[in-house]
Amino acid sequence: MNLRRLGSIVLKELRQLRRDRLTSAMIVGIPSMQLVLFGYAINMDVRHLDGAVLDEAATARSRELIQQIVATEVIDVDYVASSAQEVDALLRAGRISAALVVPPDFESRMENRERPALQIIVDGSDQVIQQAARQLASFPVYDAIGWTQRTAPIEVVNFYNPERRAPVNTVPGLIGVILTMTMVIFTALALVRERERGNLEMLIATPVSPWELTIGKVLPFVAIGLVQVTIVLLLGELLFNVPIRGSLLDLYLAALAFIVATLSLGILISTLAKSQFQAMQMGFFSLLPQILLSGFMFPYAGMPVAAQWLAEILPLTHFLRLVRGIMLRGAGLAELWPPLTALGVFIVVALTLAVARVHKRLD
Amino acid sequence: MATSDAAPAIRAQALKKQFGAVVAVDGLDLSVRRGEVYGFLGPNGSGKSTTIRMLCGLLLPSGGEIDVLGYRIPKEAEALKRRIGYMTQRFALYEDLTVAENLSFLAAVHELSRAVAKARIDEALERYWLGNLRNQLAGAMSGGEKQRLALAGTLLHRPDLLFLDEPTSAVDPQSRREFWDSLFELADGGTTLLVSTHYMDEAERCTRLAILDHGRIVADGSPQDLIAALPGRTLLVNGPRPREAQRVLVDAEGVIALAQIGASLRVLGSAHADLEATLAAKLASARVDAEVRATAPNLEDVFVAATRKQLRPRPPA
Repeated sequence: MNLRRLGSIVLKELRQLRRDRLTSAMIVGIPSMQLVLFGYAINMDVRHLDGAVLDEAATARSRELIQQIVATEVIDVDYVASSAQEVDALLRAGRISAALVVPPDFESRMENRERPALQIIVDGSDQVIQQAARQLASFPVYDAIGWTQRTAPIEVVNFYNPERRAPVNTVPGLIGVILTMTMVIFTALALVRERERGNLEMLIATPVSPWELTIGKVLPFVAIGLVQVTIVLLLGELLFNVPIRGSLLDLYLAALAFIVATLSLGILISTLAKSQFQAMQMGFFSLLPQILLSGFMFPYAGMPVAAQWLAEILPLTHFLRLVRGIMLRGAGLAELWPPLTALGVFIVVALTLAVARVHKRLD
Repeated sequence: MATSDAAPAIRAQALKKQFGAVVAVDGLDLSVRRGEVYGFLGPNGSGKSTTIRMLCGLLLPSGGEIDVLGYRIPKEAEALKRRIGYMTQRFALYEDLTVAENLSFLAAVHELSRAVAKARIDEALERYWLGNLRNQLAGAMSGGEKQRLALAGTLLHRPDLLFLDEPTSAVDPQSRREFWDSLFELADGGTTLLVSTHYMDEAERCTRLAILDHGRIVADGSPQDLIAALPGRTLLVNGPRPREAQRVLVDAEGVIALAQIGASLRVLGSAHADLEATLAAKLASARVDAEVRATAPNLEDVFVAATRKQLRPRPPA
């Protein structure tokens, strides 16, 4: 590998990138936009949910408590139900998203404090509503009545989605999703574009080597990927107060490994695709399983074994383990060696396959 | 490396290339001497580009032997690539880079040191009148300017052998002439050139040329020799109604090809001495008023005669 030649390819890529306004805008635009969209959709403070009240105790204290909960404006009382069946029917029909249920033995529960005093039944098919319910669950019932809290006073019964996920869980994962999207698409186009524009035929008639060409095209995007990580982390901190409990250096090293893995996948796609359109299609095709199976959308533990095997191949799965470990659990890279090793293996395999496919011939 | 001055720059034997069922190059033999401006003349699809690509090592031949500057191709193609320049048919430099950026990229790709690169780029900008376009984006330039830039870029590493695939197809006539002047300048400096074209006037300027048709060389030699060796005769039919004359003569015996040139009709015929008289009689009997006389053959006649021969024996598809 000749460093001057490698450097000239990197410089050329950067110059082209600077003149490509759309791509330049995407480098900053995609992470900002996605973080804001995803972040707010998930983290939004929900107000005025359509709701119902079923007060089976009907005591002065239960009415007072319901008054105070309604005063938070999280739930509007659109229906006053008279039976659990009615609540069930309203919920299923989608007329209400949440219901406050005060059990008949409310008074004795308040005295004993062994079982939660009241239930909020929520439509768990909607993540946003779960969020709202969680807000209500922390409502200081006993404080409101003048007692101190001992056990959780309100029990959230999650009807349709037993798995609850915190928004802080989403933002670290979003780093991975955003990188996957932009890195794969950018590099998937890299070589195909040269072929389509006729540059490649000129290039392969020179002494340039397949490694120089591949690495030279990947390197500028490594830097761009790190810029994107920084944007997401800054916005995550500013807008959503997402904590970084582990070391920042570990986080960037993990991101670096993931960026290179994703770029290798992109460049591999670029050697397989016959046109820019095909490269885009293949890029999106590789995106979907990563988003669905990596544990970003659905928990890894809940997937069937076959899907788990597939997930193990995907770089995003391993990055999510790394980034959640570092950002949320404060783990160090040394403890997280298995996902890091997996990313390393992925890089070696994908990059070798890609370089093997960069022929210096047209047929 | 056996590269004595006497050895040809390019030698190919029984060269063949098949794409699936299509035979693009079909048993081609070629020998190009050092310092020659060798032309490939042929219609689209005659195998010019495919042959050039095989000679550069960009395509694997399906059969045959290639030796370029003493290197066995495709085996030693990477070594060859340091010594050749290849100018593709389509403008292949980066349209979103400036003239200077494109040239310094190519200089680095060819491992020229920064000092050498700078000197050669400055010289190239001057020689190919690109000095005031230095910071112009290549995509915003005219066809002729792009061509000069492509040539300048191909020459930065001072190749011994230059392949040019239809270099002037997107260029106006004035730029074409200037471009060819540059090519002769290179040949004077000792560079061997292989140029493909479908322009007769360009082919005529080559020191030697091969006429390609359906993947074979159907005629080769210097333009003068090819014209002198034309087996048929060329006649000019002058009359007030050339299209009617063409209708009468199109199926006449001894006529190989007809083409209307301005107000007259150019006839490429067989070598019979009395062809003039036969055709004149035929015109007279059809009551077409026209005069038939012999004229000097040119390269186009050679081209038509050579490519016709190939077409005739083929069964109608």
